[in-house]
Amino acid sequence: MVIKGKVWKFGDHINTDDIIAARYLNTTDIKELASHCMETIFPDFSRKIEKGDIIVAGENFGCGSSREHAPLAIKGCGISVVIAKSFARIFFRNAINIGLPIIETPFTEQISQGDILEIDFDTGTMVNLTRGETGTFMKYPDFLQQIIESGGLMSWVKEKHIR
Amino acid sequence: MTITEKILAAHSGSKEVFPGQFIEANVDLILANDITGPLAIEQFNKAGANKVFDPGKIVLVPDHFTPCKDIKSAEMVRLLRNFSKRHGVRFYEIGKVGIEHALLPEEGLIHAGDLVIGADSHTCTYGAIGAFSTGVGSTDVAFAMITGKIWLKVPSTIKFIYKGRCGRYVGGKDIILYTIGKIGVDGARYMAMEFTGEAIEDLSMDDRLTICNMAIEAGGKNGIIAPDRITEEFLVSVASEKGIFYKSDKDAKYENIIEIDVGTIEPQVSAPHLPSNAKDVREFSNVRIDQVVIGSCTNGRISDLRKAAMIAKGRTVHPEVRTIIIPATQKVYQQALKEGLIDVFVESGCVISPPTCGPCLGGHMGVLGKGEVAIATTNRNFIGRMGHPESMVYLSNPEVAMASAIMGRISHPDEVKHGY
Repeated sequence: MVIKGKVWKFGDHINTDDIIAARYLNTTDIKELASHCMETIFPDFSRKIEKGDIIVAGENFGCGSSREHAPLAIKGCGISVVIAKSFARIFFRNAINIGLPIIETPFTEQISQGDILEIDFDTGTMVNLTRGETGTFMKYPDFLQQIIESGGLMSWVKEKHIR
Repeated sequence: MTITEKILAAHSGSKEVFPGQFIEANVDLILANDITGPLAIEQFNKAGANKVFDPGKIVLVPDHFTPCKDIKSAEMVRLLRNFSKRHGVRFYEIGKVGIEHALLPEEGLIHAGDLVIGADSHTCTYGAIGAFSTGVGSTDVAFAMITGKIWLKVPSTIKFIYKGRCGRYVGGKDIILYTIGKIGVDGARYMAMEFTGEAIEDLSMDDRLTICNMAIEAGGKNGIIAPDRITEEFLVSVASEKGIFYKSDKDAKYENIIEIDVGTIEPQVSAPHLPSNAKDVREFSNVRIDQVVIGSCTNGRISDLRKAAMIAKGRTVHPEVRTIIIPATQKVYQQALKEGLIDVFVESGCVISPPTCGPCLGGHMGVLGKGEVAIATTNRNFIGRMGHPESMVYLSNPEVAMASAIMGRISHPDEVKHGY
């Protein structure tokens, strides 16, 4: 899988209330959730981005609540991948489980707002087309790779447990 | 092995597990609420499942937007109610429901040595009872409802050793705010936080639940306290069985060991917008407030209300401060009535709310407007957490929150003696 998109840069400790405020959690409608994505800290985010764009953030992205609405809102508004120095653990597992691609890499400081990145998940390479730089990232352990390749946890459970 | 590793090994059919290892573990209890449950049920249905693995091990607690604040939230609760009828899983109706992390221990549903997952980040609360307990997502809950299992990465552990004795007006909340202040909101990211030492042994179950409740605010996977006499007394009073009392081995391996002398800790206040912004309460004495919330899964238990009532007794709250008291469960409310605490609160000008997470997450029953400031006994003070993106939340223990309500500004409990 190859993804190409424009970077939207965020800082450290972007929490789940930043990603989707609790007042919007009275629905499971992904389009509605997506329309409020990042609203608290970045008004009109969902209208400013284009499908395929990329979020790049610092440490502990997605800290706070367990709300799966957070990765769903990000995925729903068209973000193709979230790249961060580190992820909070519940956000990490939710993203894997719902099939939102995420990448953990220490090199987020070398990426700027507006850069165009091309990411190849099969080879684990990331090219910053704006700056002409190439980097690599680690693949997930086999166990997680299996879930990702099934298309998320529920597809995996269907293969394994429901016939 | 550590206590966390022992519980995970026992639930994954292994003699031993190691930090970093991926396991598929059997769960003893699965929890979801009115925000996370509907998504889990959608996933459950989408997967084509028609049966839960064990109805007795699933609990649905509609506590966030209840009593339902609008039509949409009523529809979400209706989904839980119908799922419960169809599959025979436990559902707590209004009149029985309480804030989930106060309710489940009180109902005797948590035992030492259990493996509990919940689609709510504060599920880590039950580590106070010697269980491995962690917050997960809705899809995890759907998966577990079908299979009875959860995938987990075995966490490494930070051991915290608390020495000394807590001073006046210092309790579990201050210990955990101080700890998060020391290590940061990602200081225990992916890790188990094992709380040990003479100061922990001295603490009541309520204070222990408060400490483990906030492990997630340091990024922790779980917080845990080895079961002891206090755990046993608690379990005997609420549950039909005690479970298994695990203990870390003497040669258990830790990622880090941190010692803290609780005798040096003053009542703590965490400033906006991170729980790690913890400092002595006296550093905030110029901060005027509009609202006080005493309640939540962190501090809505009977001992929390007793502490707040001690400060409120015979005094009135500041005329410009709205003070909301939320007994976390019906039992807590009834006990507070019996002890005359509710009278004390009403006399002093507080309002009593039905059990709900409501204001903690800016849901309802006490949402802040633009520029407003609250001090709350809750667990998060992120931007806009209690309402408007330009509102602010300070976190504290119940005595500090009530003292602040009386003074109209953030105050040390000692200050109320001098009036305003």
